[in-house]
Amino acid sequence: MMHGTRSSFLRALLLVLALLTPAIACAIDALPFKDRAEEQRFQNLARQLRCLVCQNESLADSSADLAKDLRQEVFEQMRQGKADAEIKTYLTARYSDFVLYNPPLRGSTFLLWFGPLLILVIGSAVVFRIVRRRAAVPRNPPSAVSSEDDW
Amino acid sequence: MNTRFVPLAGFALVAALLGFGISYMRNNSMNEVPSPLIGKPAPTFDLPRLGDPDSRFGSKDLNGKPYLLNVFASWCFACRDEHPVLMAEREALGIPIIGFNYKDEPDDAKRWLEQFGDPYSVVIADREGRIAIDFGVYGAPESFLVDGKGIIRYKRIGAITPEVIAFELKPRLAAMKGEVQ
Repeated sequence: MMHGTRSSFLRALLLVLALLTPAIACAIDALPFKDRAEEQRFQNLARQLRCLVCQNESLADSSADLAKDLRQEVFEQMRQGKADAEIKTYLTARYSDFVLYNPPLRGSTFLLWFGPLLILVIGSAVVFRIVRRRAAVPRNPPSAVSSEDDW
Repeated sequence: MNTRFVPLAGFALVAALLGFGISYMRNNSMNEVPSPLIGKPAPTFDLPRLGDPDSRFGSKDLNGKPYLLNVFASWCFACRDEHPVLMAEREALGIPIIGFNYKDEPDDAKRWLEQFGDPYSVVIADREGRIAIDFGVYGAPESFLVDGKGIIRYKRIGAITPEVIAFELKPRLAAMKGEVQ
């Protein structure tokens, strides 16, 4: 009984959510895409670009006026037959690497790309050392636990 | 070996890192998108004058002359704070200020200039914001200092204040004058 109501509630919720999603996806201006592939390419590209006005949104999500202009620009350049890389170069020449969500690999971004790996390596080395030292200590005397660890 | 101070040292390290983060964020605004155009030629433009769509004005009309391009709009609040500064300092700057009316209704812009005064030598209108994209504009107000060779020397994101004029614009203008002679 209980189970039945819950699942029907869930089903209704799912239905409502399913009905809502297309409305959210279409909140963006209707560009005259000629087919699904073109639209997908556009969406994929717009998701990799940052809206400069509200900097935590991608170009695909933002409703800012400038984002709309830039989407139009991206769309028109796609129509002119430009490759994704060319469109990105066009935008970075004007708005710097900041427009790219994926920062390019270069000297100034080295720490950004490899910092986490560096921390992992250092952390592993520390853990390895501790484990090895503990293994070297004879196991039997439990009284040997130093009072210094009691903080 | 004394391990008692290890946690304290760890805490101090994290505290120092966070402190550095806060001070860095204070000094370097993360909202400002650095312009890759500084030191590069200003994009060419040719736009209708505000209130006179048949007459156009472009970079070729400015050949060899340094100028300050000021992006403004009647819908822009910060431009109202900036405007009196431009009105007061345009003579002292000694270079023409080109008004770049960004994505605005011409009537609104004209009314705005009548109300607050017109500090500009010329006002051009970019209603679609196409040329603005070439300049890397992402809001208003923004200003570009362009030298006699057409190179962008400085970009101000946000309102021009008396401090910006004194510490950013004037030293650069003096340097530019030195180069020409």
